Amino acid sequence: MNTWDNNPVLKVEHLTMRFGGLTAINDLSFNVGRGDITALIGPNGAGKTTVFNCITGFYKPTEGRLVMNRSSDEKHLLERMSDFKITADAKVARTFQNIRLFGGMTILENLMVAQHNRLMIASNWTIGGLLGLGGYRKSNLDAIETARYWLERIELIDRADAPAADLSYGDQRRLEIARAMCTGPELLCLDEPAAGLNPKESLELNNLLQYIRKEHDTSVVLIEHDMSVVMEISDHVVVLDYGVKISDGTPEFVKNDPHVIAAYLGVEDGEVELVEEEVGL
Amino acid sequence: MDYFLQQLINGVTLGSIYGLIAIGYTMVYGIIGMINFAHGDIFMVGSFIALILIVALGITAATPVLLLILALALVLVVAMALTAVWGWTVERIAYRPLRGSFRLAPLITAIGASIALQNFVQVSQGAKNKPLQPLFSGGFQLTDGGADGSGIVVNLSYIQILIVVTTVILMGSFTYLINNTNLGRSQRACEQDRKMASLLGVNVDRTISLTFVMGASLASVAGLMFLLYYGVIDFYIGFLAGVKAFTAAVLGGIGSLPGAMLGGLLIGLIETFWSGYFSVEYKDVAAFSILAIVLIFMPEGLLGQPEVEKV
Amino acid sequence: MQARQRDSLLVASLKDSLGAAVITFALAVVMVGLRVDVASGRGAELFLENRWLAVAVAVVVVFAGRFAMNIFFWKRDDPPSLNFSGLLPEGGIGERSSKAIKYGLLVLAVVLPFALMFWLGARGSRQYIDLAILVLTYVMLGWGLNIVVGLAGLLDLGYVAFYAVGAYSYALLAHYFGLSFWLCLPLAGILAAFWGIILGFPVLRLRGDYLAIVTLAFGEIIRVVLLNWYEFTGGPNGLSGIPRPSFFGLEFTRGEGGFANFFGLDYSSIHRIIFLYYLIFALALFTNFVTMRLRRMPIGRAWEALREDEIACRALGINTTTTKLTAFALGAMFAGFAGSFFATRQGFISPESFTFLESAIILAIVVLGGLGSQIGVVIAAIVMIGGFELFREFDQYRMLVFGMIMVVIMVWKPRGLISSRTPSVALSKNVKGISADLVQEGRG
Repeated sequence: MNTWDNNPVLKVEHLTMRFGGLTAINDLSFNVGRGDITALIGPNGAGKTTVFNCITGFYKPTEGRLVMNRSSDEKHLLERMSDFKITADAKVARTFQNIRLFGGMTILENLMVAQHNRLMIASNWTIGGLLGLGGYRKSNLDAIETARYWLERIELIDRADAPAADLSYGDQRRLEIARAMCTGPELLCLDEPAAGLNPKESLELNNLLQYIRKEHDTSVVLIEHDMSVVMEISDHVVVLDYGVKISDGTPEFVKNDPHVIAAYLGVEDGEVELVEEEVGL
Repeated sequence: MDYFLQQLINGVTLGSIYGLIAIGYTMVYGIIGMINFAHGDIFMVGSFIALILIVALGITAATPVLLLILALALVLVVAMALTAVWGWTVERIAYRPLRGSFRLAPLITAIGASIALQNFVQVSQGAKNKPLQPLFSGGFQLTDGGADGSGIVVNLSYIQILIVVTTVILMGSFTYLINNTNLGRSQRACEQDRKMASLLGVNVDRTISLTFVMGASLASVAGLMFLLYYGVIDFYIGFLAGVKAFTAAVLGGIGSLPGAMLGGLLIGLIETFWSGYFSVEYKDVAAFSILAIVLIFMPEGLLGQPEVEKV
Repeated sequence: MQARQRDSLLVASLKDSLGAAVITFALAVVMVGLRVDVASGRGAELFLENRWLAVAVAVVVVFAGRFAMNIFFWKRDDPPSLNFSGLLPEGGIGERSSKAIKYGLLVLAVVLPFALMFWLGARGSRQYIDLAILVLTYVMLGWGLNIVVGLAGLLDLGYVAFYAVGAYSYALLAHYFGLSFWLCLPLAGILAAFWGIILGFPVLRLRGDYLAIVTLAFGEIIRVVLLNWYEFTGGPNGLSGIPRPSFFGLEFTRGEGGFANFFGLDYSSIHRIIFLYYLIFALALFTNFVTMRLRRMPIGRAWEALREDEIACRALGINTTTTKLTAFALGAMFAGFAGSFFATRQGFISPESFTFLESAIILAIVVLGGLGSQIGVVIAAIVMIGGFELFREFDQYRMLVFGMIMVVIMVWKPRGLISSRTPSVALSKNVKGISADLVQEGRG
């Protein structure tokens, strides 16, 4: 029995998303295992980012349920929550396909903003902090420590006070992941984290994701096009095509699934062997 | 019922004027995404130019009808041309140097240009109201108020007909211009993606300039109509008319020409009906409240395209 | 390589200047050349005066000026489009000098009334202290609006509405309930903040220019209501006889029990003016203190993050609605304080004082100073308001010049006079400011 059916952190049940007449996702169900790295793959326009937007509350699903099982045994129905509550209460964090950093703020500030909710409570919703009461000062130092920890982890500690917009593309990607981690998530959703990275950066990303999973008890879902990344780091792969799940299993299983090969090659299922022969697979 | 009909006629007339101004807002907003705050004042300048030309040509109510129409047509054409130069100049001085810069900067220069235009006219033409004796009198009586005189006489004056007809003609020709000419195509291309348009050989600066020129000349038409309808103007008429016309543009769906016209009509109707049935003092409150309500519940306006939030 | 042969510098300059002259002629021929006026005595008949000379002068000046610029300054055969960047010095005010300016201005502000008194005597200094009070009022309003526009990136064109709420709150509370200024000051702030929340709640999800236009509409609605609700607000006549503030219970009056009497001074009306000066100075400093402190707190960082990227904020679990509302309410509160100060200083208020122009001026001060920059607001307020008042003799031209200056400064420095952002928290000691090119301006 695999983790995703045994101990799921997120259950996606019969998810359907329609935009006007267009059905972007149709009756999609899959589980994300606790502590797994789950990859969501599929050809362009398969609806992967739409799934992410439903999970993180940016879209309201037309139908279906999204159940988040916190490690504390709390359950959250994500489709009923507003986007910021999903991060704040259900502990789901995300990154974006087109990186969304606070470019005019420093790298450290980016990580401080991510700890907003904790600091707001510590500052008694600003009033205590303004008057210098309570443990705000200490919490603030703790938050800086957390930020420092992640900056060391992603090797950007020397540039902590530089504006985020000044970073290279690969550094921005890692900073966005670190920022999402600063919200203290139990499920981390990464939208194409390896896009545009060179092989060295790609390797660093793999290490970072492995580290996050191991040291922080965070499950990871990622959308990825780079198959080498997917096959290497993921425990579980879900394949989408035209908003429908066509395969679901271990990387080994998915790799050999004729439906997947057909979808990627763009042919009907029955013709796969024929085409494979032609291209010499 | 008769009272209602009269308000309807008045509302449509006022709405035509707002619609003409609103087109300038909607075109400029469509193409460069800014509220051209000075547009209301361009309308005011257009109105003044028309007034001065009317006085200079010696047009009065005594002029024979045919001559009067011809002279007004001349005034219209010259005022459109001269006001267009004003619109062009404002764009050239206050907006073009800021193209591609920071979004708030052109908003501030627009407010600055608006203040400057108002005060320029105050200095050059004086602060006093300028009343113009009505050039057209009379019209059709649609109802006679009943045999015993208890009803209300509903008038459709010639000037109201003139305003609505001119508006419809101009609207038609501008819609044709935008939909069927090269200029219109360039304009729509710039609205979609200015950088790509310029890569494909569209002269973006010229297209934007022409947009201001067209907006300004339509505003001057509205200025002339306003002058003929109300018979009095001053240097401050641009602000309120401008805000209401912008409201109209937003109501109709910003970026859409038929939307601007529809929005103008609605604002004109709301204002006249509110004044007719509730209170004159609060007519502006009615117009602004409608704006707030529309924006809150239907930010894309009546005929605009919804903005999809990309994540 | 240019395929087409270019004109020589002289010919190109001539053509360009001629073009400019033609444009000037078209602009001026009717609007300057002719003046329409109402004839006195002959009913409401209109007549024209002509001023062809003025048109000719304008055309010649533009032609010669543009020609000279082309030949001696731009020296290019493709004349640049009109912008002022070549004419005015480059570069903004650096961080070090901005710090120096900050402390310099602070010291100046503290000693100003006494220095003026020493210099010009009680009678001569009064108008300057009055001007300083006016400038400080705008500084405070600018700082308040800076929270909304500069930090949170929400464009508010109806800020004056909250100023009006503050002013009318004090005037009405004093009028109907006889409450004192010191009690009304916080009440006015709270009421303004309350209005900020009421108005802000439905509209804060709008973006950019829509928010701007709705706030403008709300500003106008409040003004129209004040203008027409005769029974309550006095309509266009306004409210007069608003009580003056006391100095810890001491009134600024002649004779027994007054301020002068208590401190054994000779009575002089300048005492109250100086007191008002320090009052607004303290209020402004309070605004600045709170803002600067909030910037270093989670709420302040959330405001700035909101300005940078609202969607990312939501993905980080920040409640953007309440975050925007706090910015809006806080900005409104400071406007409310400033409003009640205005009411007590003037002793008379009417809707006249709360037109859209006021909102525009306050916004211009914030943007010209450099969004988010506190010292920038001070400099812009001194330049705009101080400069404006000093040209009192040129009464009718001064608004014209004011509008043109707004355009020129903005074209010269689109990011404002002080355009770098100081990080709110840093690991290292020596932190550089962030260039304004990287800082977003907000979509809301």
